[in-house]
Amino acid sequence: MKLLVRVLLLGASAACRLALGEAQTGNAPVSQSEHVPPEPPALEIHDMTSRQMTAMMEMNDAAPLGMLLVDQLEGGYGNGVSSFGWYAQGWYGGDYDKLWLRTEGEQLAGSTENARVELLWDHVFSRWWSAQSGLRHDFQPGAARDWLALGVQGMAPYFFKIEATAYVGDAGRTAARLRAEYDLLFTQRLILQPELELNAYGKDDPAAEIASGLSDLQLALRLRYEIHREIAPYIGIVWLSRLGGTADLARSQGKEVSVLQAVAGLRVWL
Amino acid sequence: MRQLVSTRVPAAAVSRRQFTQGIATGALLLSPLRALSRGGEQRSGTVLTGPDFDLTIGETRVNFTGRPRVATTVNQQLPGPLLRMRQGDMVTLRVTNRLPVRSSIHWHGFIVPADMDGVPGLSFAGINPGATFVYRFRVNQYGTYWYHAHSRFQEQTGLSGPIVIERHGGERQRCDREHVIFLSDWSDADPEWIFATLKRQSDYFNFGKRTVGDFFADAHAQGLNAALANRRMWGEMRMEPTDLADVSGATYTYLVNGATPAANWTGLFQQGERVRLRFINGSSMSFFDVRIPGLRLTVIAADGQDVEPVTVDEFRIGTAEVLDVVVTPSAERAYTIFAQAMDRSGYARATLAPQPGMTADVPPLDPRILLTMSDMGMAHGRMGHMGQQSAATPEMPEMKPAADSRSRSAGPAIAVPQSESPSFGPMVDSVAENVSPRLDDPGPGLRDNGRRVLTYADLHTLGGPIDGRGPGREIELHLTGHMARYVWSFNGRKFSEAEPLRFSLGERLRLVLVNDSMMTHPIHLHGMWSEIEAHDGSFLARKHTVSVQPAQRLSYLVTADALGRWAYHCHLLYHMEAGMFREVVVARADLSPRGNHG
Repeated sequence: MKLLVRVLLLGASAACRLALGEAQTGNAPVSQSEHVPPEPPALEIHDMTSRQMTAMMEMNDAAPLGMLLVDQLEGGYGNGVSSFGWYAQGWYGGDYDKLWLRTEGEQLAGSTENARVELLWDHVFSRWWSAQSGLRHDFQPGAARDWLALGVQGMAPYFFKIEATAYVGDAGRTAARLRAEYDLLFTQRLILQPELELNAYGKDDPAAEIASGLSDLQLALRLRYEIHREIAPYIGIVWLSRLGGTADLARSQGKEVSVLQAVAGLRVWL
Repeated sequence: MRQLVSTRVPAAAVSRRQFTQGIATGALLLSPLRALSRGGEQRSGTVLTGPDFDLTIGETRVNFTGRPRVATTVNQQLPGPLLRMRQGDMVTLRVTNRLPVRSSIHWHGFIVPADMDGVPGLSFAGINPGATFVYRFRVNQYGTYWYHAHSRFQEQTGLSGPIVIERHGGERQRCDREHVIFLSDWSDADPEWIFATLKRQSDYFNFGKRTVGDFFADAHAQGLNAALANRRMWGEMRMEPTDLADVSGATYTYLVNGATPAANWTGLFQQGERVRLRFINGSSMSFFDVRIPGLRLTVIAADGQDVEPVTVDEFRIGTAEVLDVVVTPSAERAYTIFAQAMDRSGYARATLAPQPGMTADVPPLDPRILLTMSDMGMAHGRMGHMGQQSAATPEMPEMKPAADSRSRSAGPAIAVPQSESPSFGPMVDSVAENVSPRLDDPGPGLRDNGRRVLTYADLHTLGGPIDGRGPGREIELHLTGHMARYVWSFNGRKFSEAEPLRFSLGERLRLVLVNDSMMTHPIHLHGMWSEIEAHDGSFLARKHTVSVQPAQRLSYLVTADALGRWAYHCHLLYHMEAGMFREVVVARADLSPRGNHG
């Protein structure tokens, strides 16, 4: 019986080779491998679109995905004033294009500063950078402002995370914002994050207590402990300073020009 | 037969140790979901003998870490039952799907008709809930293989198992006893969550990253300038030298034959016996470095194909690869089978012993591996341009004299694109400048470790190539990806962005894989053998899965004798799902090739 199978096998093998038009010729080394090519498929799968095929394969490398990162949610105290601050981003989309939501702001001694929300289209254009364009809305004390936003975000060499955005508002207003952060690992879970944020404006805007030029600088050091990757309480120090004409404006109104805050907060993502 | 040894485990909630080691009873708690009242039904290590097999895919409660979970199983087992077949048999495998979702089984390494290959969307439509699909094919090969789901992440949740095909006329290597060693990686987490998490934060599972303390240690050991220069280079690339596994022991418990390290699967032997160990890497994402302290390992087969025996101390086995090893334990003692994950975040462990209950020392994990600049394909310590490698192209294996290539093997009759050019767009984070074949390189972390480690250059498949012709043409594919965005691809194109590769029926061709990424990728071609070439172009080894190291350029020959549509992909499950997948269409030269994707 086994012999019969063997003979049939060899026969099938030879038939296949003939069918393939590969009869061994001349000096081709004869294979000792016992390999038998497979029969042609008896049934072929019906024609379908690539979308149907992807669905059947249950393999979609372009499926959209979302993420919400509350990077900073913190309370602080220093120089006799208390503060509250937040910085969060959320996105939804595929590898190349995402809908991006970003919001940040501080409350310092009861007054809201730099509070804004941005709705952006994020489009990857190079290895490490994506372009972001969309709208920004400020909840500024005295004057809500709306802007068109255009910028880049990404990873600079040495793992600096950068956001650089330019804004155009009504009445010829312009603005710019730069934010950079870095993760320094003391352990796999204890991470120090230095952060720099700089804002600038093209025109005086007294209602918003802003003068043209560099308006404010924020420097921060936050030390977080990742209980889980997604949940990390932190402590830190934040130095906020008004600059240039904006600082003069604050000084003339008897406001603090700069404050140093000790902060404690929570970083959460999902 | 599974032997269990009672090992002390913490009684408290899931501790870190319990998590990585698992619980001693872990593998025992298999019970069918729909028959919980029966409780604790132990069905493990079953052997089914052909030619007719009845397999039922279902859900089963398991508990590997102290937390009950639901696994995807075959006949209520994880891994599924061992299927024993005989070379030459016509086998029938009736696979019934009791899952609420579609499923499939692929016979990994089997040369079968395309409609029996088990890949939904290419071979067939998959197996609907409640349906039975009958696979029926002639088994023309012999050796150790395995089976697994080809549907979404069902392989990760347990749907896989071993296959042994007895060689017609008897095994070349007579052994007194044999054991299957089926390695896998279990996670309590939902694989959909793992995948989404990698997309959101690709280094989520890497708890071995370089720290400030490491920097000072390096500065102390190598000098400040060297430590700074090292950090500068990695910083310029924006990559992490500890990135050896995307998913790690942070979520995985590594299993041998479905048993946790604490449960300690034990295989018996009698002193002086020749014991054949059939190692199958049935994991979803893990490379293992395997050794048995006290025993030398004689490798006798790779990917089911008998090889000239070669004796080593250790081997690295890529996901989906198979190695058959003979050991001869000469002492009346226990030996530990130690399989540490390549990123050293955990290990699988089993024991060979003359008696159940005996154990041997478990070695400590080796230090974490740091990738080097040469792993990154850096020629002069800088990686600036994104162009193709120019000056650094290594010498190609010489073409064999094409003595018999005058007819159709000399070139394809159909208008096949000779080789698609790579697209190093924004979804490719690195392009190796300096690549080389390095077949005698055991890989990152195993070089000069004091042990004799298997390399591809050691593998010499008996019987020679399946086809003596030289290649009629060559297709070069770059293994590419973007770690931070977690996008993986061939030639910079994800599956959804790529056209199928088209082979003409009967042609012999060379596939050249250039690994531009920093990961080692196990590349699996369905339906056809991958015959690895040595540096001089001579035949080395016949494999179904070929692991390509970072900055390696490796080539193999393929005879396109399998009509139909086939999968070609990285066997790291999440890489495949992220786009490192191609369809291969083998069509008659005189017909317009089929394949409707793209």
